[in-house]
Amino acid sequence: MTALLRRQALPLALLLALALVPVLGVQDGFSLGLLARAMILGIAATSLSLLVGGAGLASLGHAAALGIGAYAVATLDLLGITEGAVVFPAAILAAALYALLTGLVSLRTGGVHFIMITLAFGQMVYFATSSLSALGGDDGYTLYGRTEFLGARLLEGRLPFHYLCLGLAAATWLFCSMLLESRFGRVLRAAKEEPMRVRALGLSPYPYRLVAMTIAGALAGLAGALMANAMEFVSPAILSWPRSADLLFMVILGGVGHLHGALLGALALVLAEEVLSHLWDHWRLLFGPLLILAVIFLRGGLAGLPALLAQKLVQTLDRRAR
Amino acid sequence: MSGLFLVQLLNGVQLGVLLFLVAAGLTLVFGVMHFINLAHGVQYMLGAYLAASLGIWTGSFWLGLLLALPLSLAAGLLLEFLVFRHLYDRDHLSQVLATFGVILFLDEAVRALWGSAPLPVPQPEGLGSIVLMPGLLYPVYRLVIIGAGLGVGLLLWLLVERTRMGMLVRAGASNAPMVSALGVDIRRLFTIVFGFGAMLAGFGGALAGPVFAVVPRMGDTVLILAFVVIVIGGIGSIRGAFLAALLVGLVDTLGKAMLPDLLRLVLDAAPARQAGAALASMLVYLLMAGILAFRPAGLFGGVRA
Repeated sequence: MTALLRRQALPLALLLALALVPVLGVQDGFSLGLLARAMILGIAATSLSLLVGGAGLASLGHAAALGIGAYAVATLDLLGITEGAVVFPAAILAAALYALLTGLVSLRTGGVHFIMITLAFGQMVYFATSSLSALGGDDGYTLYGRTEFLGARLLEGRLPFHYLCLGLAAATWLFCSMLLESRFGRVLRAAKEEPMRVRALGLSPYPYRLVAMTIAGALAGLAGALMANAMEFVSPAILSWPRSADLLFMVILGGVGHLHGALLGALALVLAEEVLSHLWDHWRLLFGPLLILAVIFLRGGLAGLPALLAQKLVQTLDRRAR
Repeated sequence: MSGLFLVQLLNGVQLGVLLFLVAAGLTLVFGVMHFINLAHGVQYMLGAYLAASLGIWTGSFWLGLLLALPLSLAAGLLLEFLVFRHLYDRDHLSQVLATFGVILFLDEAVRALWGSAPLPVPQPEGLGSIVLMPGLLYPVYRLVIIGAGLGVGLLLWLLVERTRMGMLVRAGASNAPMVSALGVDIRRLFTIVFGFGAMLAGFGGALAGPVFAVVPRMGDTVLILAFVVIVIGGIGSIRGAFLAALLVGLVDTLGKAMLPDLLRLVLDAAPARQAGAALASMLVYLLMAGILAFRPAGLFGGVRA
């Protein structure tokens, strides 16, 4: 237990901090809404981190799974179904199905092909949703209300929604960590590093990767359902390809290979966007170069930063001592 | 009907040619440097903006087009020097993200400099329309685009297959360290290929200006379609890019023009229009998925490493 605590100190501290935010008095709708958005994107980014860090599959179409989850909520809302026990499983299943079907084709390729094909599939979903005139097409669709559970409006309150998002983000992180530690995860990671050897051992990476993609899709669908509830609005913008790039950037910024890095990256990105966009209309003129610099210089990501700083500190102290 | 079909056919070839101009640079850069450049689309946009602004300034579309070429080349070289050169040794993921940062920056820069509204583009002077069929006029400029694209295709083929520089490019594509060991400055070769690709994309954008709207983010759609093109054609293959560009241009244009009408044979008017429009914009991606399901490396992929 103590070993676990020490090894996972950073993610646990992060989750604890998020849990304490409302307790410490930050309870206004704006701040909590911002944090909820960050945590929801964090769930999607964690599932993408499972693909990128675990399986070496850099998908540039992950926002499509997120969007499908959100659109499932909107479609059911249009049909008058707002029961959470129906809505959430439907959103998760729809996104998982999308990931499975596109995975069947895109996993036949690798490397750059995979990046471009997932991008193309994402665009396909984008155009499909923009032409859904029943759900407002390009203009999007406003939900009648948030999802209910057995008729109770549990998601309406700010605090319950905050803790629901936090709980699901924590559960996603825990689930993905355990998955990567399991036999399944070991094959996945081995196939990322040494696909030839894995094949020589008599294992085909393909089904493992397909299952990983499906799981990641399902988790992104869950995030999408939460996102639709958070915004009470769904439009194709949620699954445009720059969104997919944002998700990838959250993973990289947080640090590939650290699952909790994705949540950290999501928080950093959402908050940075918020601050910068208040400072200046053309804030992307700053944001673009920042992104480039982060990719070029911050190789281990934010999650690798404490270790890096500690190492630097030890080196400096060493030099002083000598 | 047949006249309309002819027009759509020409429009399809024209879109295909423009896609080829963008895809050629993309596939060359990837083939030689194994570098994936999302910012290639904004170079197309930059070409369109430069040509339009210079066209207004000089009062002549053609002069603007001519001046936009060296400027596009310079912009490409500058980007290579500032950003891309630091990413050649990195994995594809880092390249994707850093070049995405370039997109964010340049899209916003264009919006800050020129505004969000579409830029008024000077129409190419000295060209009218020709009569394709009795009662059917077609602008000559659109035929000029097709001619220019075919010309560039031929030029590229000659450059790559028949010149010393082209030989080095091909050699660099199959084994860069070996070429470097033989005393060729591979970094300089990379820079040249990069600048050339940027210029081609800028040329495509400049040509497209009078036909399509010159707006911020115009490069994004083209970039994604160009990706589809090089994936279908086989990454690294110029010939594949050319054929796939024409295929994608034709499928996209004809699909958008004809699918709603075709679906009306089996559906009512309103759902047919909606389903037709949705299906038409998905058609090229379905085409790509279909081709990849049978040939994962694309039509002309795998011929060279």
